[in-house]
Amino acid sequence: MRRYVIKRLAQAVGVLWAAYTVSFLVLDYLPGDPVTAMASAGMDSGQVDPEQIAVLRHEYGFDKPVLVQYAEYLSRAVRGDFGDSVSTGRPVTSTLADALPQTLQLTGAALLLAVVLGGGVAVVATYTARRWLRQLLLSLPPLGVSVPTFWVGLLLVEAFSFRLHWFPAFGNDGLRGLVLPALTLAVPTGAQVAQVLAKSLLTALDQAYVETARAKGAGRWRVHLRHALRNASLPALTVVGLLVGQLIAGSVVVETVFSRDGLGRVTAAAVTAQDIPLVQGVVVFGALIFVATNLVVDLVHPLLDPRIVVASGGKAALA
Amino acid sequence: MTALPDFRTPRWATLSALLTTSVLLTACGSSGEGSDSGSGRAKSGGTLTFAVGSDAGCVDPQQVASNETIYSVRQIVDSLTDQDPETGKIVPWLAKSWDVSSDATTFTFHLRSGVTFSDRSKLTAQVVKDNFDAVPKLGVLGALAEGYLSGVKSTTVIDPLTVKVAFKQPNAQFLQATSTHSLGIESSASVKKTPQQRCSDGVVGSGPFVLKQYVQNQSITLARRTGYAWGSSLWSKKGEAYLDKLVFKVVPEAGVRAGSLQSGQVDAISSVGKANEAGLRGSQVALQRRANPGVVFGLAFNNSRPALKDARVRQAIRYAIDRKQIADTVFPTGTRAATSVLAHTTPDYTSLASNLTFDAARAKSLLDQAGWKSGSDGIRTKGSRKLGLTINWIPNAATNQPALELIQQQLKSVGIDVVLKQLQVTQLAPTLQSGDYDAAWSNVTRADPDILRSSFSTQLANFYRVPAGDLDAALSAQAATTDTAKRKQLVAQAQESIVQNAYYAPVVELQTQLGVSKKVHDLDFDASSRIQLHDTWIG
Repeated sequence: MRRYVIKRLAQAVGVLWAAYTVSFLVLDYLPGDPVTAMASAGMDSGQVDPEQIAVLRHEYGFDKPVLVQYAEYLSRAVRGDFGDSVSTGRPVTSTLADALPQTLQLTGAALLLAVVLGGGVAVVATYTARRWLRQLLLSLPPLGVSVPTFWVGLLLVEAFSFRLHWFPAFGNDGLRGLVLPALTLAVPTGAQVAQVLAKSLLTALDQAYVETARAKGAGRWRVHLRHALRNASLPALTVVGLLVGQLIAGSVVVETVFSRDGLGRVTAAAVTAQDIPLVQGVVVFGALIFVATNLVVDLVHPLLDPRIVVASGGKAALA
Repeated sequence: MTALPDFRTPRWATLSALLTTSVLLTACGSSGEGSDSGSGRAKSGGTLTFAVGSDAGCVDPQQVASNETIYSVRQIVDSLTDQDPETGKIVPWLAKSWDVSSDATTFTFHLRSGVTFSDRSKLTAQVVKDNFDAVPKLGVLGALAEGYLSGVKSTTVIDPLTVKVAFKQPNAQFLQATSTHSLGIESSASVKKTPQQRCSDGVVGSGPFVLKQYVQNQSITLARRTGYAWGSSLWSKKGEAYLDKLVFKVVPEAGVRAGSLQSGQVDAISSVGKANEAGLRGSQVALQRRANPGVVFGLAFNNSRPALKDARVRQAIRYAIDRKQIADTVFPTGTRAATSVLAHTTPDYTSLASNLTFDAARAKSLLDQAGWKSGSDGIRTKGSRKLGLTINWIPNAATNQPALELIQQQLKSVGIDVVLKQLQVTQLAPTLQSGDYDAAWSNVTRADPDILRSSFSTQLANFYRVPAGDLDAALSAQAATTDTAKRKQLVAQAQESIVQNAYYAPVVELQTQLGVSKKVHDLDFDASSRIQLHDTWIG
């Protein structure tokens, strides 16, 4: 188990480094540069003074060779210093630290909703004996995955904020402000949970142990929830690990539609301004969350299913 | 003017389009359908909530160039002068009066006494000097302010309330520049901070409102300055502002802004595009609009390109554009087709509408004269060359692409092949500078005709490669005269030269359009089509 954890951690570090390097190269490859972006922010035309841009570029070190810049940034990043945002002058780490709680709230609530709603749909669809209800419920996940998130968001705002006045349309104010954005973000996520869970529930219900349980006289609900769901939840759990990454990416759209502060908005702004230090910080941070979630998922697996043991070679059965 | 973002396009494109759209979009205008200012009796108190589309990431008026943020930070600072939006005339504000030397190189301002900043420090000639000395150090971060003071020789304190600004060259535009937010006067302590500190912490001004809180990407909150008594001579209310509090919320999605206004969650919104007009009409909302002064939207030619060197080709393009169709189909209601290179709200604007008519037959005959013959596919050729034009554009307004697609069709019908090339915002300046382009879709907001000199003088950047000639003389002379009648005549001459020679093909005036709840009164545009909120009240 210890070797397994160490190996996983080493893999995590490798992923972080790769994320950092790739994002650096992409940003460097893009046309334009952060200093021009900063100077032309809000200007009507391209009338910015090229000489002054050159001066500023020198001040920020963007005129150094790419490899030198990369080495400098990376060596600081390893020590947890991502430098200062080019567009605001604030340290990247504090910008991220300020935005993080908002996004954690949003993605946490969305994940909870997704699991409850998606799980509920899957369980009821596979349990019900009514054909029409099953068909209806099973048609929801593909729909949920395919509708654009921003459209769902605008629809919810129109109905529940502009018409019914139940929730605010924008902002970060408290629990009421969280409902609509979390619901928006939960739609595609919950749909995926439902899809995966329904499929593995149906598979599980065909298995011999279910027959055995039934033969022993267990009730339908008991068989469904205690036996089948327990086994079926493993693939769904693996998907949840991936969904966390999607939720964070989805926050760019949702935070924009609902004018919420958070990592998504920070990311969008940083990308537009080609704010290299800030984008780097966001990428590494996002990768960190993603890697950590998957690590937790992998470690939880053996607890749910004792049959999954960590092979002596250090290779996880489900990895 | 933001459209609904399309999140199905690749993320980079989406993000930049989305953000830049809201960032740059500024529009302005004379008041539109039924802004019922003046009804009922003005009263003090209340909070105005205003939803804007973007946050510039900075709350220093001297550095901010995005209208969406200028709306709020403008209220923090006073300027030496103000500009009458009706007449374009410069009138007193912090300066009671001023003297300009006859060669327009020195400007002496006589300040009001008794003005204080919100940190209780006093307005003196020294504070003004501190401001003007610090502005050039902002460099490109405060490009607007820095540009207004370019060529400054010295700022001298004559006595505690008299300050003299001297330039190396004649600089008639400076007087108007002192009326802008960019040269708004900040306390000495504020101007001593670094540009980044001023951006994130805000600045201390002498304005009718004081910055209370700035949450990046979320909101800017201002509170009324008690004891304020030195408002612009243009304002109707004397003393303090009516409103207790101003809250500017950042709401990037145009549809959410419009819905929030309709459902009463906010009192006013910026950047109302054509798509949201219908929904807002008929409700408890008035649309207020005013054309932005300055250089209108149009095609900025690279006048040194082989095909475009020929004035007849440029004039043919000018005649082939149906401005009215573009204004009516693409832009918000009330947008005017261009009638000069300057918008009609710019001081010293001259109507050249007769040169800017749509006349496809005339365009074709000019192209025939220039030796471009109709080809088999409808595109004209000369020898083996096709008559083609690449137009560079940046996604800083949702209207850019549809407008250009219409122009593409219109030019095709006279035999000109147009390719549209979208650039990143950051690519435009380097492209213009390099000279490797045919034409660019462009506009500049400025309430002084000197903007023509910045854009078309061959002695400055000359991004458009205009050939040296009479135009230069007119542009330099208007910058050097303090005689208003003479300046008007020189500016008229410059507009005629630019339009008749078709160095630039004017298309439409950019219009600022706000949505304002009918309970909000006297929310007025200033000369630059931005807003002042001192006289605004809710009732």
